[in-house]
Amino acid sequence: MASNADSSVLGEVVDPDRAATDPERLAADDAAARQSAPSAGARPEHLDAPPPSQIGAAPHGGRPRVATGEEHPVTAPLSIHDMTVAYHRKPVLWDVDFDAPAGKLVGIIGPNGAGKSTMLKAVLDLIPKVSGRVTIYGKPYRKQRHLVGYVPQRETVDWDFPVNGLDVVAMGRYGKIGWCRPVTRKHKDAAMEALERVGMADYARRQISQLSGGQQQRVFLARALAQDAELYLMDEPFSGVDAATESAIIRVLQDLRTAGKTVLVVHHDLQTVPAYFDHVLLLNMRIVAHGPTSEVFTEENLHKTYGGRLTLLDQAAHAFATRGRQPQ
Amino acid sequence: MNWTQLDTWIVVAGVLSAMACALPGTFLVLRRMSMMGDAISHAVLPGLAVAFLVTNSRGSVAMFIGAAVVGVLTAVFTQWLHGIGKVEQSAAMGVVFTAMFAIGLIIIVRAADKVDLDPGCVLYGAIELIPLDTMPLFGMAVPRAVVNLGVVFLLNAFIVCLFYKELRISAFDEALATTLGINARIMHYLVMTMVAVTAVAAFESVGSILVIAMLIVPAATAHLLTDRYGIMLLLSLVLGAAAAVLGHIGAITVPRLFGFADTSTAGMMAVASGLLFAMAMVFAPRYGVLSRGVHRIRLALRIAREDVLGLLFRLEEAGLVHRAAGITRLLRDALGRNLALSAAAMIGLRFRGRISRQDGTFRLTPTGRDDARRLVRAHRLWETYIAKHFDLPADHLHGSAERTEHYITSEMGARIADDVAGAELDPHGMPIPKER
Repeated sequence: MASNADSSVLGEVVDPDRAATDPERLAADDAAARQSAPSAGARPEHLDAPPPSQIGAAPHGGRPRVATGEEHPVTAPLSIHDMTVAYHRKPVLWDVDFDAPAGKLVGIIGPNGAGKSTMLKAVLDLIPKVSGRVTIYGKPYRKQRHLVGYVPQRETVDWDFPVNGLDVVAMGRYGKIGWCRPVTRKHKDAAMEALERVGMADYARRQISQLSGGQQQRVFLARALAQDAELYLMDEPFSGVDAATESAIIRVLQDLRTAGKTVLVVHHDLQTVPAYFDHVLLLNMRIVAHGPTSEVFTEENLHKTYGGRLTLLDQAAHAFATRGRQPQ
Repeated sequence: MNWTQLDTWIVVAGVLSAMACALPGTFLVLRRMSMMGDAISHAVLPGLAVAFLVTNSRGSVAMFIGAAVVGVLTAVFTQWLHGIGKVEQSAAMGVVFTAMFAIGLIIIVRAADKVDLDPGCVLYGAIELIPLDTMPLFGMAVPRAVVNLGVVFLLNAFIVCLFYKELRISAFDEALATTLGINARIMHYLVMTMVAVTAVAAFESVGSILVIAMLIVPAATAHLLTDRYGIMLLLSLVLGAAAAVLGHIGAITVPRLFGFADTSTAGMMAVASGLLFAMAMVFAPRYGVLSRGVHRIRLALRIAREDVLGLLFRLEEAGLVHRAAGITRLLRDALGRNLALSAAAMIGLRFRGRISRQDGTFRLTPTGRDDARRLVRAHRLWETYIAKHFDLPADHLHGSAERTEHYITSEMGARIADDVAGAELDPHGMPIPKER
């Protein structure tokens, strides 16, 4: 957060990706950027949006800082600003502000329905955001796809699909291969290497339904490794896996951290949190707390996250959802 | 059988429509949306009818465009009803395609006195009439429908080759495809467009109902036969073509055997692909009923043989010598009085040299004794392991071990032995045989 605050300068208004929450606004910003005439006054349509200078920094209403004239792009691997996400009009995530620390293992913790997976999916543009913006190393996700690896939940795919482990891992390379080009030897080798890293090389040629749950999860992890990304978003990679797989996965995650990658992991097992993660993000429809595990992973915060659901938020979300559909 | 050039053209048309259908059909099957093929092939009717009325001819480009537009609209409307109206997916599909089909029928019936488009032909096609409507191509009179089907098949093949991996990833994992910048929704509508255009091309030959058999059945058959995506595509092509050839031959030969006139070729093609599917279901190497049955029987036999070995080992251990008949009886009781199974197990063991009959009784041979020792060791190790980790009464242990002993690999056995290291006796006080 601190680095973000320091970098919040008026000079950043030229960055078209900061104050953009919808395509029109984005286009306007692009135009503004091209004219290199950044000025809050020139963009009255932004009056309802917070001034860019406050992003991730002071509470709303704080004064913008004096411009230094220097370029200080936000370089957090992932920066989420004021993101709200709804399913069928019912908000499931409110006002999320979060900057992922670079080179850390970050655990995303929260009860069922807290919006953990939703957060990842919204970051990846898999589901629409009601509001808010997301940047990956300072640029919008669309331009930075190649830097982001994603491990979805295992249940989301059809494991009877006629492919083997190697085919699935090679899919991680498709972004690099490009449209309409075949998967070449080189990419297959890279996929094989990724399988070796998760200890699954011997199972490369097996049809994926013949793998155990833990092995399937490792194939998914290998696929993300094959993407060769900088930021990894993993949705419950530890769910339903055996102890051997769990330790294999955590070793891979630690290797990634050593290599300077940033890894966000949706996680359920509170017991292993202090051992696995440097940082935690406690989530229950909104961010309860985030920071270094030693500081944030406290009983008090956990109680806030898990105990006493945020009843008012729940009620408000319900009202949102029902008022939209039912005649009053 | 009296084969003429007409028959050749009919078969060519059938093969081409089957192969053109098999490609998009594979993706329908892989995406688990087979019924979407049904929906689109019916829903294209109003598109066809309108294009037909406007251009007043069949097989025109306008017809294909009309069909493609309506086909994609069907997919879009279904998605809307599902997403916005919160109607269940298959219900949404049912609403959309029946409504579209009905509109198409109404248009056709209204216009029937003006144009030559017969509702019956719409439903079942008229592949027998295809050779009659020809156009010149490379100095030959080629049926117009064959040209259409050929073009559509080549187009489908081109698209599948071009987007080979994009189609695969969007069918397998939409979320990942999207995060990699491969727009899964565009690939979805590409498949839907292929289905719609192919349905129109195959319309004349097989009609809007039987075309579903061509879309789905060869692909479903191929899925039973292989675990590879590329091979599944090729197999569905081969199976579709085979069904077309067999279908026509069947149509002009089978009824005559019973003294009837020829039957509908399109109908027989669908029947043939159904038969191929049935055969795959029985004989498929991995997923077939037969291979799974054989697998089960072989497993049952192995377990029975191992039970015999275990029984003889325990008798030896207790110093008991039964007459052969006594052992057979004990064994029969142990195997649930299954005569055939116990007989087969005994024969199998003697054939393999694991047991021999001496002095009126059955005895283990040295190799048989090694096998038996391994099995009893696994059994008693398992009992010890279970007793150590779970608080179970002693009488609960044997049943579990009796089932599990047959599946304990040497690697697993070693791990269990490590876990209960030092144990000499099992929970019932019987010695755990040492490994040799």
